[in-house]
Amino acid sequence: MTADPALSVEDLSVQFRTRSGVVHALDNVSFSLAKGETLALVGESGSGKSVTAYAVMGILDSAGRVTGGRAMLGDLDLLSATPKQLADVRGRKIAMIFQNPRTALNPIRTVGRQIADMLIRHGGVSRRAAPAHAVEMLRAVGITDPARRAKAYPFEMSGGMCQRVMIAIALAAKPSLLIADEPTTGLDVTTQAVIMDLIGDLASDLGMATIFITHDLALAGQRSSRIVVMHAGHVVENAQTKDLFANPRHPYTAELIAATPDSAQNLDALSAIPGSLPDLRRADLPPCRYSERCPRKVAACAQPLPQAAPGASHIVACWNALPDRAQAAYPPAVSAA
Amino acid sequence: MSIVAASPPRENALAALIKHSRYVISENPVTGFAFALFVLIVLAAVLGPHLVPYDPLQSDTSEALKPPNLHHLFGTDQLGRDIFSRVVVATRLDFFIAVASVVLVFVMGGFAGVAAGFFGGWTDRIVGRIADTIMAFPLFVLAMGIVAALGNTVQNIVIATAIVNFPLYARIARAEANVRREAGFVEAARLSGNSDWRILAFQILPNVFPILVVQMSLTMGYAILNAAGLSFIGLGVRPPTPEWGIMVAEGAQFIVSGEWWNAFFPGAALMVAVFCFNLLGDGLRDMVDPRRRT
Amino acid sequence: MTALLEVAEVFKLFPAGGGASPWMRLRRRLAGGPENVPKVHAVDDVSFTIEKGETVGLVGESGCGKSTLVRALTRLIDVSDGSIKLGVRELALKPSRVFARDRDRARIQMVFQDAGESVNPRFTAFTAIADPLRRLRKLRGAALQERVETVAGQCGLPLQLLSRFPHQLSGGQRARVGIARAIAVEPDLLVLDEPTAALDVSIQVVILQLLQRLKQETGMSYLFVSHDLSVVRLLCDRVLVMYLGKIVESGPAREVFEHPLHPYTQALVAAVPRLHADGSNRLRLTGEPRSPIDPDPHVCRFYGRCPRGTEACQMTMPALRYFGNRQVACHFAEEALLRRHTAP
Repeated sequence: MTADPALSVEDLSVQFRTRSGVVHALDNVSFSLAKGETLALVGESGSGKSVTAYAVMGILDSAGRVTGGRAMLGDLDLLSATPKQLADVRGRKIAMIFQNPRTALNPIRTVGRQIADMLIRHGGVSRRAAPAHAVEMLRAVGITDPARRAKAYPFEMSGGMCQRVMIAIALAAKPSLLIADEPTTGLDVTTQAVIMDLIGDLASDLGMATIFITHDLALAGQRSSRIVVMHAGHVVENAQTKDLFANPRHPYTAELIAATPDSAQNLDALSAIPGSLPDLRRADLPPCRYSERCPRKVAACAQPLPQAAPGASHIVACWNALPDRAQAAYPPAVSAA
Repeated sequence: MSIVAASPPRENALAALIKHSRYVISENPVTGFAFALFVLIVLAAVLGPHLVPYDPLQSDTSEALKPPNLHHLFGTDQLGRDIFSRVVVATRLDFFIAVASVVLVFVMGGFAGVAAGFFGGWTDRIVGRIADTIMAFPLFVLAMGIVAALGNTVQNIVIATAIVNFPLYARIARAEANVRREAGFVEAARLSGNSDWRILAFQILPNVFPILVVQMSLTMGYAILNAAGLSFIGLGVRPPTPEWGIMVAEGAQFIVSGEWWNAFFPGAALMVAVFCFNLLGDGLRDMVDPRRRT
Repeated sequence: MTALLEVAEVFKLFPAGGGASPWMRLRRRLAGGPENVPKVHAVDDVSFTIEKGETVGLVGESGCGKSTLVRALTRLIDVSDGSIKLGVRELALKPSRVFARDRDRARIQMVFQDAGESVNPRFTAFTAIADPLRRLRKLRGAALQERVETVAGQCGLPLQLLSRFPHQLSGGQRARVGIARAIAVEPDLLVLDEPTAALDVSIQVVILQLLQRLKQETGMSYLFVSHDLSVVRLLCDRVLVMYLGKIVESGPAREVFEHPLHPYTQALVAAVPRLHADGSNRLRLTGEPRSPIDPDPHVCRFYGRCPRGTEACQMTMPALRYFGNRQVACHFAEEALLRRHTAP
């Protein structure tokens, strides 16, 4: 773990109360990111990656409860902060952008006004000066003819432009941490590239740390220096991007890579991940939620997962991890149960 | 992957519906209560005339205006007729009016609205203009006008109620059909060889039906009130036919002099029936909409 | 040998802004002028063929016209002009409104993007798969039951799931229902409109491998529409790249992705996130696409967004030209080819 991180999530656990039972959505999720670092939270649907972000931002569904853990933003624990403390840091220290830009924007307010709102509330800009600043923000996110566009409504703009507006709103108060929840899903790949470039450029200009949430492993690999892989509410692997792809150690990570179309030359070389997600409503979930579908399962997998060594750069939550290619000698192979 | 032969789908669907209905009723006791009440009303409508102690039309002036007692549970009216018998027998008529109106408006409004929403163009415009014209009138005044013009019969009350409710059903049906017009499954149905009319009947209508069902139960309540209102002002059902509305109308004049039972019991019956239909609407929607099944 | 599907000079134009009301049109006609409504050129002079047993990919960004083209091919909408030949039969002659009852309806079928949307929520999986068999093959009773079960088995759908409704099925299971329904009538051509877009990557693998296997078993041809180039690269023999209603490039899938010749394809390929690349290829498109409403027939559709743009691009629309097994619509195609052959 890093010293003086931008955000440090420790043992975050979240439950949802539903009609059909309690869903143990997150279980002891921990990771941290340094100032200015770009981290990707990767997982399939049901992995809990979005829930993590929503819990940190304090915008969980009313049926959701944080049952444990901390999310330290500097000295403040976001999970136990008062509404006033949260309102103060949102926008100024931590901001979030969402998946569907058109629905995340207020449809009956012009985009210029929405950016100005953020500037006035969190950016310390006066009401008088805010509209001009808003136009500058639009220019900074690459919207042509920003003075005219500031008077437009979200429905008049394309998906890519709406996403730029959302970025402008999020970054208006120059936060030190941006959480982007699948910001380019639904956009064309060419627009995706431009938007991701924009976020990257702005982040490095502002010295801002970024958390990308995505199901696209290749996208995560291209844009982030560190990847956290999640499965069924657990963090299964946490490593620098280069290390993760060169040396995937958790069986799930390896399977995920092998299922990504880009990893193979032909269709037969791709492999599906065996089994399926466990039902998170079960009271008898095993300590490792991947063990029931894992071909490398051993007797030790019934034990609680190994604790991460403090300061380790490549963390694997597995008793029978894949051999570490970085080491000179391979550890003895453990036979499957 | 075990290969188990699927049981014939029709049996399964019915069993599933029953199971789901039981679940809905147990989940929400109010629905169960409304359902039980509904069954009671239906029984009263069907069996009532055979089970009542007195002939609803038989008058006995010596027994006129007697308060509720052991012989006459609800008392007697100004002609000595047993009010209890009349209230129960009136259930059949009022229930018939309610059901007939609702079925008629569902057929007329539902089909017109769905066609308007699905085909658009001139169909949509014509149906829209008809609905607008009807909505331009205060609805009760329009009902009065129709009954007065066509004649004081029960059939005309039904027709008037249906016409007055037409715009609402047409609008709901049109909106639902419009939304589904471009839906993937409509395109898939075309690819599968379904003509437009088949799509309308088998794909769109079944999706529109649950939404209309809720409206139908509300309309039943309204239809009874409408008939009662028309009878109250002298249109519609004529005395001595027992009908809740007439009974309230005739009984109203006696309230001042203290004989409250004349108007109270038919009024209470009206209230109970409308209440029941409204509650039923919510329960029915839960039952019929498969998306709510777990 | 006759191609399975031959599309020639297909146009599809829509009135811009949803079209005028009948009153407006009447007024215009009475005023003496023609119906001079601005038109969106959704599909603009598209020609290609699909051979028997081939898998052809169709890629392009949103608004390029691929959905419209696909709906025209499957005869859900009519074309404004052009020909669609299935074997020797000209399909464009019969209006789409009545094509549902046509004897060739079963020969072209489609798998939709979101199976949750494309299966009637009130139908069980069984009913959904049985529908085309009932309408197009007139099967009933035991024969119908048997065929549905066979097809479900082919698609890896456990039989006990047949009595379930769409919302009771997982995404992968719904996708299988959509595929089973489409192949039940044994079509010659199966159009797949982003069939795995809504699925997790692992389920996507399973479905793609299923599609591959089905193709080998039945000999169908596929038209695979997708925005995911990595998937198209794996599944398709050939690929067509569309931009603003026109085909700008075509060729063998692998070649087009490894050596794109058209500037748009180059930007597209550069934009795709790769597992083992560092994203240093920053070939990006700037600006917004040109308007598809009454576009100037002399200006290249890509002009203004293209990294290059010369006089020639504004004066003559580049035609789709053949270079061996590649086709490119760009004035600078020869340069691109040369660069490719001289590059290390």
